[in-house]
Amino acid sequence: MMPHPPLFAVLLAASLVFFCFSVYRRFSLVLLGQPEERLDQPGQRLKDMLLYAFAQARVLRKPFGLNHFVIFWSFLVLALANGEFLVAGVFPGLNLGLLPEGVHHALLILFDLVSLATLVAIAFSFGRRLLIQPPYLDSRYVKGRSPEAFLILSFIALLMIAYFGMHGALIAQGAETATAAMPVSTLIASWLAPLGGGLDSVVLVSWWLHALVLLAFICFLPHSKHMHILTAIPNCYFGSLQWPNTQPRERFEKGGTFGVGSVEDFTWKDLFDSYSCTECGRCQAACPATNTGKPLNPRQIVHAIKTNLLENGPALKQGRPGTLPLIGDEGEGTNTEDSIWSCTTCGACMQACPVLIEQMPKIVKMRRHLVETKAHFPEELLNLFENMEQRSNPWGIAPGERAKWVSTLDVKPFAAGETEYLFYVGCAGSFDSRTKQVTVALATVLDAAGVSWGILGKDEKCCGDSLRRLGNEFLFDKMARENVELFRERGVKKVITLCPHCLTTLKNDYRQFGLELEVRHYSELISELVQTGRLKLTGGAAGLGTVTYHDPCYLGRHNGVYDAPRTLIEKATGKPVKEMERNRENSFCCGAGGGRMWMEELIGERINHARVDEALTQTPDTVCVACPYCLTMFEDGLKDRGAEKVQVRDIAEVIAESLRSV
Amino acid sequence: MLVVVCVKQVPDTTQVQIDPVTNTLIREGVPFIVNPYDTHAIEEGLKFKDRFGFRVAAISMGPPNAEATLRKALSLGVDRAILLSDRVFGGADTLATSKVLSAAIERLAQEEEVGVVICGKQTIDGDTAQVGPGIATRLGYAQLTLVDRVEALDPSRRSIQVRRKLEGRHEEVEAPLPALLTVVRELNRPRYPTVAQRLEAVDAQVELWDNKVLNLDANQIGLKGSPTWVSRIFSPERAKGEMLGDGARDPEGAAQLLIDKMLEKDLLAL
Repeated sequence: MMPHPPLFAVLLAASLVFFCFSVYRRFSLVLLGQPEERLDQPGQRLKDMLLYAFAQARVLRKPFGLNHFVIFWSFLVLALANGEFLVAGVFPGLNLGLLPEGVHHALLILFDLVSLATLVAIAFSFGRRLLIQPPYLDSRYVKGRSPEAFLILSFIALLMIAYFGMHGALIAQGAETATAAMPVSTLIASWLAPLGGGLDSVVLVSWWLHALVLLAFICFLPHSKHMHILTAIPNCYFGSLQWPNTQPRERFEKGGTFGVGSVEDFTWKDLFDSYSCTECGRCQAACPATNTGKPLNPRQIVHAIKTNLLENGPALKQGRPGTLPLIGDEGEGTNTEDSIWSCTTCGACMQACPVLIEQMPKIVKMRRHLVETKAHFPEELLNLFENMEQRSNPWGIAPGERAKWVSTLDVKPFAAGETEYLFYVGCAGSFDSRTKQVTVALATVLDAAGVSWGILGKDEKCCGDSLRRLGNEFLFDKMARENVELFRERGVKKVITLCPHCLTTLKNDYRQFGLELEVRHYSELISELVQTGRLKLTGGAAGLGTVTYHDPCYLGRHNGVYDAPRTLIEKATGKPVKEMERNRENSFCCGAGGGRMWMEELIGERINHARVDEALTQTPDTVCVACPYCLTMFEDGLKDRGAEKVQVRDIAEVIAESLRSV
Repeated sequence: MLVVVCVKQVPDTTQVQIDPVTNTLIREGVPFIVNPYDTHAIEEGLKFKDRFGFRVAAISMGPPNAEATLRKALSLGVDRAILLSDRVFGGADTLATSKVLSAAIERLAQEEEVGVVICGKQTIDGDTAQVGPGIATRLGYAQLTLVDRVEALDPSRRSIQVRRKLEGRHEEVEAPLPALLTVVRELNRPRYPTVAQRLEAVDAQVELWDNKVLNLDANQIGLKGSPTWVSRIFSPERAKGEMLGDGARDPEGAAQLLIDKMLEKDLLAL
């Protein structure tokens, strides 16, 4: 059976040297990145790795993920068989036959069946690429149907065919006695048996086919997208433990670098992420920008980082600057400014990624470079930035008018010890005429539920959400520090927000500034009060008809609040929510997040139109939202679509209406 | 060649209210900003710097806290910032103010040839639009007010060509240098400072010139040198408006009405 151990030993050694060299060359480039702490809490990290890498929790969310699951586990099992193959190829006596017979036979059965499963899975993979062709397989520079992808699939198929060829022929020759442990190979043997004397050649050809394909695979692996075989598992270990994933703080010191303008400004983890991408396209399928014809594609962002690193890495290692720009004109390895500004920071890409790649913070880091280092950004943002800096609200309205919505109500100022909750109204709730109606509704609901609350009135400042997502971290940092100081001074401990953007900023972003608050979106608090019976909702808002609910990204995906809004709508209207096709964690952004609220949307279809169209397929009478931005986007979108008969209501208004009718 | 930009720190007037009893401005808690027209003046100065390599100096007369306005100018890229601050400058009307600013510009001109002086067309607190022309008159510079476009500047011929925005028309003018420009918002889009520039501006030097430096006759400046004084401040009574057109029922008709009204008032250029 042993064709030529010395020759094989030489080939194997050469392949391993080449493999190690390639891996070293690529992985050493990751060290060009900036430091980032990703080794803390090993217990939690191990758990994430087991869940996402080994149990493939995210991979399995899509039906076809099962196919990958099979290939992944087959790969692990067959790593043992292939290991034996390589060792025995050099030292023929050193094989699994040395193990106790029971163990050996058990392994043989496993190998035999797993090889068949792999072959079937590979056939499905071919079929998916050639026949089913889901639309997100390909993008401009990354193709799920590239020659590379088919080459790798062919490699795997050939390995299995060679495995069965060799074992089938050996069994047919009578050289392999453990036939009971190899049912598939035995079946193959029955087909091969007629070859008689030709079986020797079958064994020889199969062995060398297996050997050469395996060595080719080893050599090719680090140079292909299949490098993820090496990186995906550690990437799940190093994944962000902060969920939702916000952006890191920056240090503002003279001579510093602000944002990411070239690839080495990314952290090592950002770079490692780019190596872990399998190019599956799930982020692209979920991205509202990609889906509406914008130049942004999260998969391309990650691919561009990898391409750029590989291109510029060698020069950077020698201390010379790279030549391929990270941000610039369209081209592989470069991100265009239009793509960077198209992001709504909705987080759908990160939610979709099976190996926990963090696409969105990378986009924001590049925005930071454009805003902070280049002072170069879409012109409509200049007003926003000036308004925020001078008047602490996006519209530039005089801060003294913040509490004008109160005029018709009796509202207490927040005072520690006297009022339990700070109701942080937010800019939209304070200044936007439509959202002010929501604020008033919420105030009456809070009173009806007997909640003790107060406001900061004209002392309230903007939370800075849009600034942070737009990459103006310098201003955000200043505003966050001021707010943290203000909250400390006033003894604020518990906060209710009307807007999910305020929610996430106060709750998740301010933590980086040392402020730990109990922050809740009103829907969480009210739903709790309804559950405990402190507030009774008895379907008084049934007049709203059929209600569909749009999950705001920063309430749902970013903060995990899915059930409370649905419970409230159901109790207030007496009917369950009619779900849109994409709901909960798969919800599709309204288009206003990430500071896009303040920008023109000039490329492609408008995101709110896409979402409104989706809502209209449910023929609702009312679209329910829980975010001022979503409210605006839906009202505008419905108008544009000539569907003004469909009303848009914030949940607070629905509850208020239900209470009124009692 | 030096470009001098005159800037003023003003209260954010959208946030200023008038005390109904005393008829005075309630300034308490009102933030100060750079006079919005002056931000365009700074920008135009910086554009001269970018195009011709001129140096830019920003000057401001005001109390010590007006330094913030000059720091903002520094963060945008001006080379030099000078605060003209002295108790004897205080309480000045537009005449006295233009004297102090002129003296400062003359002093700068002794060190380096001044080619252009740029002011905002007016400030949003006083709204007189007199200081810029006052400086030009005092210094004998060509006076180009309401500039909305700089067509050309030729350092060798020492001339400047600008477009002035007048009511319902434009006027193209050529003048010799040195010239004083007062500028309107349409002139340019002010730039935004980079973080590095902001951090630099924090420690950058703002020069302080008091009257020991300018050495002006104390009777000609400040309150004493001001022939104008404010007798009363009040909010004008606003006539109650009328509702025209029903936009909800007839949006096109309402839009047409609006356009007609705007044309009538010469608010739209066709």
